[in-house]
Amino acid sequence: MTFSPELEARFAKMIGNYPPGRQKGALIPMLLYAQDEVGSMTPDLIQEVSRRLKVTPLEIEEVIGYYTMLAREPRGKHHIQVCTNVSCQARGGEELFAHACSRLGLHNKEKSADGQFSIEEVECMGACSWAPAIQVNYDFYYDMTPEKFDKLIDSLRQMQ
Amino acid sequence: MNQPTLLRPPHPLEVRVLTRRFEYPRTEPVWLDEYLRTEGYQALRKALDLTPEALVDEVKKSCLRGRGGAGFPTGMKWSFVDRKSPKPKYIVVNADEGEPGTCKDRILMGFDPHRLIEGCLIAGRAIGSNRGWIYIRGEYRVYIDIMDRAIEEAYANGYLGDNVLGTGWSFHLSTHTGAGSYECGEETALLESLEGKRGNPRLKPPFPAVSGAFQCPTVVNNVETYSAVPDIILKGGEWYAGLGTPRNGGTRLVGLSGHLNTPGVYEVPLGMNLLTIVNELGGGVWKGRKLKAIIPGGSSSPVLKADECDIPADYDSFAKAGTMLGSGATVVLDDQTDMVRVLARLMSFYAHESCGWCIPCREGTAWLKKITQRLDSGVGASKDIDLIDQISNSMMGRTFCPLGDAAAMPAMAIARKFRDEIEAKIQSTQAFVPAPGTRPLVVL
Amino acid sequence: MPDPITLTINGTQVSCAPGTLVIEAAKQNGIEIPAFCYYEGFSLQAACRMCLVEVEKMPKLQPGCTLPAAEGMVVHTESPKVVEARKSTLEFLLTNHPLDCPVCDKGGECELQDMVFRYGAGESRFTEIKHHVDEKQWSPAVYYDGSRCILCYRCVRVCDEGIGVTALGLSFRGVSAQIVPNRGDHLECDECGWCIDVCPVGALTSGTYRYQSRPWEMNHVGTVCTHCSDGCKTTLSVRNGQVLRANNRDRSGVNGEFLCVKGRFGFDFVHHKERLQSPLLRKNGQLQPVSWSEALSAVAAKFSEVKARNGQFGVIGSTRTTNEENYLLQKFVREGLGSKNIDHHRTGDVVTLLDALKGRTGALATVNDLYTAKAALVLGADLSQQHPLLAYQLRANSRHHRSATYLVTPGPVREEQFATKALRSNPGEELNLLPQLSDDLKQHASLTVLYNAAIKGDAVRQLVAFCDSLGIEVKYLPLVDYSNSRGALDMGLLPDLAPGYQPLRNPGLNAAQILSSPDLDVLWVVGANPLKSASLAGEKAFVVVQDLFLTETAQRADVVFPAASAYEKSGTVTNTTGEVQRLKHGPKVMGTKSDLDIIALLARQLNIDLGPTTPDRIFEQIRKTVHGYNVALPVVATGGAAPTTPVNGGVPVAVNPSLISPSGDTLFTSGTLGRYSKMLAKVMEAPGQLFKA
Ligand SMILES: Cc1cc2nc3c(=O)[nH]c(=O)nc-3n(C[C@H](O)[C@H](O)[C@H](O)COP(=O)(O)O)c2cc1C
Ligand code: SF4
Ligand code: FES
Repeated sequence: MTFSPELEARFAKMIGNYPPGRQKGALIPMLLYAQDEVGSMTPDLIQEVSRRLKVTPLEIEEVIGYYTMLAREPRGKHHIQVCTNVSCQARGGEELFAHACSRLGLHNKEKSADGQFSIEEVECMGACSWAPAIQVNYDFYYDMTPEKFDKLIDSLRQMQ
Repeated sequence: MNQPTLLRPPHPLEVRVLTRRFEYPRTEPVWLDEYLRTEGYQALRKALDLTPEALVDEVKKSCLRGRGGAGFPTGMKWSFVDRKSPKPKYIVVNADEGEPGTCKDRILMGFDPHRLIEGCLIAGRAIGSNRGWIYIRGEYRVYIDIMDRAIEEAYANGYLGDNVLGTGWSFHLSTHTGAGSYECGEETALLESLEGKRGNPRLKPPFPAVSGAFQCPTVVNNVETYSAVPDIILKGGEWYAGLGTPRNGGTRLVGLSGHLNTPGVYEVPLGMNLLTIVNELGGGVWKGRKLKAIIPGGSSSPVLKADECDIPADYDSFAKAGTMLGSGATVVLDDQTDMVRVLARLMSFYAHESCGWCIPCREGTAWLKKITQRLDSGVGASKDIDLIDQISNSMMGRTFCPLGDAAAMPAMAIARKFRDEIEAKIQSTQAFVPAPGTRPLVVL
Repeated sequence: MPDPITLTINGTQVSCAPGTLVIEAAKQNGIEIPAFCYYEGFSLQAACRMCLVEVEKMPKLQPGCTLPAAEGMVVHTESPKVVEARKSTLEFLLTNHPLDCPVCDKGGECELQDMVFRYGAGESRFTEIKHHVDEKQWSPAVYYDGSRCILCYRCVRVCDEGIGVTALGLSFRGVSAQIVPNRGDHLECDECGWCIDVCPVGALTSGTYRYQSRPWEMNHVGTVCTHCSDGCKTTLSVRNGQVLRANNRDRSGVNGEFLCVKGRFGFDFVHHKERLQSPLLRKNGQLQPVSWSEALSAVAAKFSEVKARNGQFGVIGSTRTTNEENYLLQKFVREGLGSKNIDHHRTGDVVTLLDALKGRTGALATVNDLYTAKAALVLGADLSQQHPLLAYQLRANSRHHRSATYLVTPGPVREEQFATKALRSNPGEELNLLPQLSDDLKQHASLTVLYNAAIKGDAVRQLVAFCDSLGIEVKYLPLVDYSNSRGALDMGLLPDLAPGYQPLRNPGLNAAQILSSPDLDVLWVVGANPLKSASLAGEKAFVVVQDLFLTETAQRADVVFPAASAYEKSGTVTNTTGEVQRLKHGPKVMGTKSDLDIIALLARQLNIDLGPTTPDRIFEQIRKTVHGYNVALPVVATGGAAPTTPVNGGVPVAVNPSLISPSGDTLFTSGTLGRYSKMLAKVMEAPGQLFKA
């Protein structure tokens, strides 16, 4: 399996960040960065990472099952994560999540048929003072309201 | 960089040490040039001339206590590392920032990344380390990118690398990303994650200072803790200690969130009154409503009712009030808040984040989640409230790592302090349950 | 020995070695601290929290499984606080447990049931919906029911630390946490089934045993595994004459809890539908079932006739029959038939070793020595494939005592995972590489050397000479392949050596010579299958076979006697380290007789007096007359392993190396016998491949 030259360069550097013989340390970053490029934990990806870091597929499975950001199935092009934990809940996070679901016609952890959007209710993402917050892929949007959300979706659709 | 105007204009009550480079409005981090212009890396230069013992002593004198949650004295933690051990020693920055309500470390990394790097260098010097990692939660890709760029700058200008500032001492630093797990903020789970494994916590002892990352002596501190170090070295431990109250040195970041007029992250000296923080910095409860409760140190800290909040915000005073300063995250709840809903949401968080390693936490958090969600949806009986208390008691102090306590403490506090409110919610929805005194056979 | 420390447990002063865990210190003094995740000899987890105890001056309850006992410590293991904590932990466990005890295999021997019975938690306050996951089949041998799993991680540890396979892991988290197999939805492993045995609940169940029986309906018979030569004890659980399960539940014998796939699942040949259950006699060219008396008379008639005319007998004995049977057979042949032509399939060179050692009986290693030795040297053998118990011992020794292991093998072997040095040699050229290791080996005070059939004849003498030159204490472990290969040698199933390695002046024909002799009148094969790989030159030979199945050899026979397997009889066998253990009969297969009975019946028909013919009396005779077998009777009688001390008969012997050939078995095969185990056939997914990737 091949990765983009940028990712290859990142991997090459990353492996050097761990003590000799302990390159397994790079496992989680490698999986996450590779997922950004590949989309999900495909069998090919697992095999490739297993080969490069000399870890068994079982060790990778243990990790994938544990970390919520590692996905077995590809998410939407715009993966919308709405926080509903206390600080966001206090300022309308749950209502925002309900709005987002109905706006996109999706349930929690679903993906739209065209693959553009997927939605997930997430735990606190450290944006509590600017609640309610959402993340689209890695981009934060703060002090959200249903109106702002609708505008955001529109502009994301435009991007296609 | 995607962090539009996260900063508020400075408030007169703030004492700005960590945040002194943050003018408002600012969206760009302080890169190396600006950092150097504002005393950047001066502390490092000073530290390179001091002995490791002197550095540890200075930090001890500052009364700096860990800002990650447990409030352990930082200087003491550093002194546990055996500098003479033949093994490499490591510096690990805990930037997992997972505790609900907490959003301060991102500000430090996002606006003043070199401060953190300088803190790591000084800590490395103090324990005889040549390598560190900044473990940043996966969702914070923006901050990983900022830190990566700052680290690159530091390498390019001789602050990091094989020959730090020409002294022949080498120190290497890199970021490491998490991938979605609150438990990975617990220091030993973090180390497991750093080694490429599931975030299951480790048996303690041995503590990380003896056997940490890759089984070598390791210091794990929070971002804010390291960030405080450069000023302590530059201006002296005593100066820093003097900013706070006895045994509670310095300033700290408080993340204000919830029902406030001006939520945000502020820097206050330890010991500032909690109500002052809420009313002055936070601009008071929003929409002219009244205060109902404060979660004063992150979601794991036991809630304070409005009438319990008139206390100094420092480690010891909070402990006396039966709660904790934790990560400094302060969630303010107004008088219209449904506490059952808050409780249910918190319990679903802990059930989601329990790693599952030990029985009381794995089964206890799941059970609490089910009960509280049922109560929230209006199906319950008052003995459920006792049950919440009993389950929490069965978890307290018996789990493998403190996550079990972190879930049990708020559950117990809310169930006890807001019993009337929970009862009222149960009563108001009696129509949905079978005849009084009976229990539904199956509860969906 | 460092000074012991003193602490108080439940009001009693006890002492223990420094570093002892509280749970062990309590156990040593007869106090049980309950535990699920703590498993002696494996890494510490402190996950189940059942072992929490109250320690004075410590604010929180402490896990006894990880807390080292300290001087002056005051521990309470049954205080109200502790009992309450245990009860609540059990209540937690039961919240998501399906409570399907009535249909669970583990019912009656489940640690969870026992604990709940003892500590209460019988009434649950849990009224919510339970978390459920469906049961999965991971392999023909292993099923996993995640709902029943209590996540004690015992299975994960025995697989990883004990066997070195690491086929089990932990995935997902929180209540959804699950044990997962290494190949997505299935297991690729040694299929040893140890995970099933250590599971305290019914989460892991066995493909052979599940839903077959309740534990209390079976008789549990401790006997010795009949597959390889390591001599593991195995407990057969028998109901109505049927073996339903095998494990080593009492942890006795040389193997403790260890068993490989053959020991745990390879017992099903016993009830294979092709088992012979009636004597067969060739009539009109066809083998036909006949009565015992008809078959015995036919053989007796032939034997008397050939004996009377001084014709040529050839006898090939077995490597799976008991010492008593082997002893009686050679006595029958030598004294009764007056023939010297007796041999068996030899798989290792013990004879030359004994000769080269010149009477040094202390230089022979036992299975336990492998666990205590400071260093071990393995020559030629792939232990994990051919001697799983010995591999396990070396691994445990390395894990617990950091012993050194040196390997010289023709191919990659799993022991490389922990070996100090591993060298690769051409097959049969292992000795050439030894000089490279001598400096390393000399570092150790003592050494145990294991060698297989690649080292035979003069090479064994060279090996001993090399070891003598090291100037350290060396013990030897000659590897042979079948369950009683060693007993066959010791009991003199050899043309040139009588029992106890006593040389005979005029040797008889060896196995190869017997098969290739055109003048052979009678070929008598007891529990062997020589015609699988060789042809019989003696066309006129009358062939008598005693066996379990109609093997290639039996198909050529004129008379076939249906024999009982090792699981169906009493007697003793000797494993590859020369330790004698007792067989106990478990199941019964209708129509069969033990080889001992068959030999005795033949003797009676021929009016040959062989003396007593019960296993016990013959063993008495062996103890008195066979050199090295004067072992302690109580040890054997109580199911222990008694080391023998064989020496050569004082006359140098020259072994013909071409008569020694390895069985070629792997972890999943067991000669002809193994072909009749359906379970072994089913689990052979990728034998031996696992560690070569
Ligand atoms: C469940 C759990 C989650 C934690 N999460 C964090 C975190 O996100 N960030 C952090 O700095 N410390 C966290 N901690 C605290 C760390 O274990 C540790 O005490 C801290 O990193 C030490 O640094 P300090 O001494 O600078 O506070 C957490 C602890 C627990 C038990
Ligand atoms: S399967 Fe059994 S032995 Fe393995 S962890 Fe689960 S309960 Fe324990
Ligand atoms: S035996 Fe101690 S926690 Fe399980």
